[in-house]
Amino acid sequence: MNALRKTLDSIKKPFGKGQKLEKFAPAINAFDTFLFVPNHTTKKGAHIRDAVDLKRTMVTVIIALLPALIYGIYNTGYQYYIQTDTPFTFLDAFIHGAWKIVPMIIVSYVVGLSIEFGFAVYRGHEVNEGYLVTGLLIPMIMPVDIPLWMVGISTAFAVLIAKEAFGGTGMNILNPALTARAFAFFAYPTYMSGNKVWVSEAGSVDAISGETILGSLAAGQDVNYSMMEMFQGSIPGSIAETSTLWVGVGALILIVTGIGSWRIITGGILGAAVMGLLFNLWGANALMSFSWMNHLVVGGFAFGIVFMATDPVSAAQTNKGKWIYGILVGIFCIMIRVFNPAYPEGVMLAILLMNVFAPTIDHYVVNGNIKKRKKRWNSAQELKTA
Amino acid sequence: MEIIKKIHTQRGAKLNIKGGADKIFGNALPSPTFSINPDDFFGSIPKLLKKEGEKIAAGESLFFSKNDPQIKFVSPVSGVVQTIQRGARRKIEKIIIAADGTDESVTHKVENWEKLDREGLKSLLLESGNWPFIHQRPYGTLANPTDTPKAIFVSTFKTCPLSPDYSFILNDERESFQAGIDVLNSMVDQKVFLGTDASFAGMFGDIKDVQHYTIAGPHPAGNLSLHIQELAPLNMGDRVWTVNPEDVVNIGRFMNSGKFSSSRTVAVTGNAIEKAHYIRTRLGAEIQPILDYFTPKSSQFRVINGDVLTGTSVSEAGHLGYYNNQLTVIPEGNTYRMFGWLPFKDNNILSLSNTSFSRLFNKSGFEVNTNLNGEERALVVTGEMEKVFPLDVYPMQLIKACLIEDIEKMEALGIYEVVPEDFGLIDYANTSKLEAQEIIREGIELMINEVG
Repeated sequence: MNALRKTLDSIKKPFGKGQKLEKFAPAINAFDTFLFVPNHTTKKGAHIRDAVDLKRTMVTVIIALLPALIYGIYNTGYQYYIQTDTPFTFLDAFIHGAWKIVPMIIVSYVVGLSIEFGFAVYRGHEVNEGYLVTGLLIPMIMPVDIPLWMVGISTAFAVLIAKEAFGGTGMNILNPALTARAFAFFAYPTYMSGNKVWVSEAGSVDAISGETILGSLAAGQDVNYSMMEMFQGSIPGSIAETSTLWVGVGALILIVTGIGSWRIITGGILGAAVMGLLFNLWGANALMSFSWMNHLVVGGFAFGIVFMATDPVSAAQTNKGKWIYGILVGIFCIMIRVFNPAYPEGVMLAILLMNVFAPTIDHYVVNGNIKKRKKRWNSAQELKTA
Repeated sequence: MEIIKKIHTQRGAKLNIKGGADKIFGNALPSPTFSINPDDFFGSIPKLLKKEGEKIAAGESLFFSKNDPQIKFVSPVSGVVQTIQRGARRKIEKIIIAADGTDESVTHKVENWEKLDREGLKSLLLESGNWPFIHQRPYGTLANPTDTPKAIFVSTFKTCPLSPDYSFILNDERESFQAGIDVLNSMVDQKVFLGTDASFAGMFGDIKDVQHYTIAGPHPAGNLSLHIQELAPLNMGDRVWTVNPEDVVNIGRFMNSGKFSSSRTVAVTGNAIEKAHYIRTRLGAEIQPILDYFTPKSSQFRVINGDVLTGTSVSEAGHLGYYNNQLTVIPEGNTYRMFGWLPFKDNNILSLSNTSFSRLFNKSGFEVNTNLNGEERALVVTGEMEKVFPLDVYPMQLIKACLIEDIEKMEALGIYEVVPEDFGLIDYANTSKLEAQEIIREGIELMINEVG
């Protein structure tokens, strides 16, 4: 360890204060702090600090994403082999999926991190770790056959417009990963919807077609999957959102570690369940009578509410606000699914919509506290003058 | 005795740190010099009355406050003004007095002080240098002698890490404490609020003419901001005064003897020294003679005037602060940790987050050091500040209001109800390594300058 440390220190030398490469220090520091937690000590304020930092927080989210990602990779291969009637093993399916998905992840990280590093050097701050999560989320919510250049452009759009334009990490209003998806969805609709994009190679091999369950429902077709299949995730869909089971494992990791807000997740499930139930009672069409329990396990709802709605920057920030925000995401998700067949998956738009309203929710929650304080001041004033 | 309120809070955290002081008194070696550090008096600017080389008696005025010339600061010992240390823009940083070992001191007429009226008592305290023992809220500055406060608070229960135990420190000082309380009582329209720990240890239950309340819960339950919010919430324009328990005794002693009392009992704590215990000395004493009694366990350590969350670091050649009853010595943490950001790695570092097993495994106490355990980042994680902040104030929103210097918003969000120390745990716990206390202190300075 010491030898490595010495090597690093000598590499870092030209990036030090007053040296000629000082401007690029954030870039080299990002790599250094990835290996070592730095030797910085407290200079002001509290003299001791908690072991938690943003890196640890973000890495925890990545760990929570892994089960869904691994299942997503497997499911990509599984859907392909099932449809082409080829006999296959778990490994075959996994390799097929990895062959498709790993390049997407690489493109997303390379494009996104280049922009992040560029802005860090330009603005003279350290590279924030937030993109480690965003960069993994973007491919996970795309259809498997989307061309890599589209992944790249969506990523660039999301990082530049949704994040850096607002001032970088911590300042953005919209969730960057969802912005990337929304961008692709509206810019390249043929690659993001229909029955030819959800299964690997569906566009080139005629034997393969695959509509998502919500897509079939919106088109008025029957659904041939059992609830167990929906829950387990062996259905067509965006890469890693299909398995409620493995998303649930991720949710558990997030809630137990306290990294994801249980208030938002619980609120979201509650809102969606109640809304689904109400539509069940109404039951005017196939989508309305689609059981509320199934609503919770199909499509991107579970993935969205667990990994996207809980993004602390774009969600509501007060505890009360988180409940309201979560519940509304759930309600709007089901509402968009049912009322708007053009967008069979409602969770993306529901979360983006609530991202926009989250500051308003917080404003009213905080205002409650302010009003209470002013009321106390005023009644004290009246006592004095009386 | 009647308890008017039992304050109980869940929000906060007890940091289980090694190095608490054993309940024994050691006597520090005599201190050759004493120092008054004007930075200890937040919001006051000193105007000197003595020059370098002049003789000074104990209790004789050394300087007064430019903001309020009535407030005088006196020398804790008799001796010679040795050095006046100045920093940038000739700001006075330290006034060092070489003690001459005699007991020569200024004596004030205090007979029948009970018969003095409010104004008479105030001028006696101002003249004798006892006034700086009284602080005010909002802002935590020295009290303004022209005010009549809404209430006076004395809390004998501290919850900060390795906090000193006042029931132990002041066990033999009942009479002086009562006298101090009587003085304070005559300056306010309702009796002094006296806070004690829920188990009611020591002699504080026997103190008369006070409103007793108890406190229970993890840090920062012992912070006065919480007690004030519960018992006498600060409205705009309100003033509340606060006095440290040992300074109540100092005021009481003065009233009984006529001589300025500069006692300071200090819990010397921290995991960088062995056999932590209490010592009796005077305010402003040298730190080195105190440390000589303790064997340092590591070669590089940091001495802190106060506790690990809110104290200020001081060199070994430095002096005790004016107010702190605690000196903490912890090892420096300027080392690297490989892959230290992995969740559930390095569980020997105390963490309030569930991304570490630390709280499950280590029940006997943690070794701490000064490593930042990360780097400063943008504010991302939400909800973690509220968990360690028991006041009815939105901490992150207030911090942001201070950052953008929006005075109206700061007022509305409760800047009058907080002092920087309330944000000590937030400094400790927040993921982004934000310097919350610093931000709040700057916010309060802004309020003092703009609103007053």
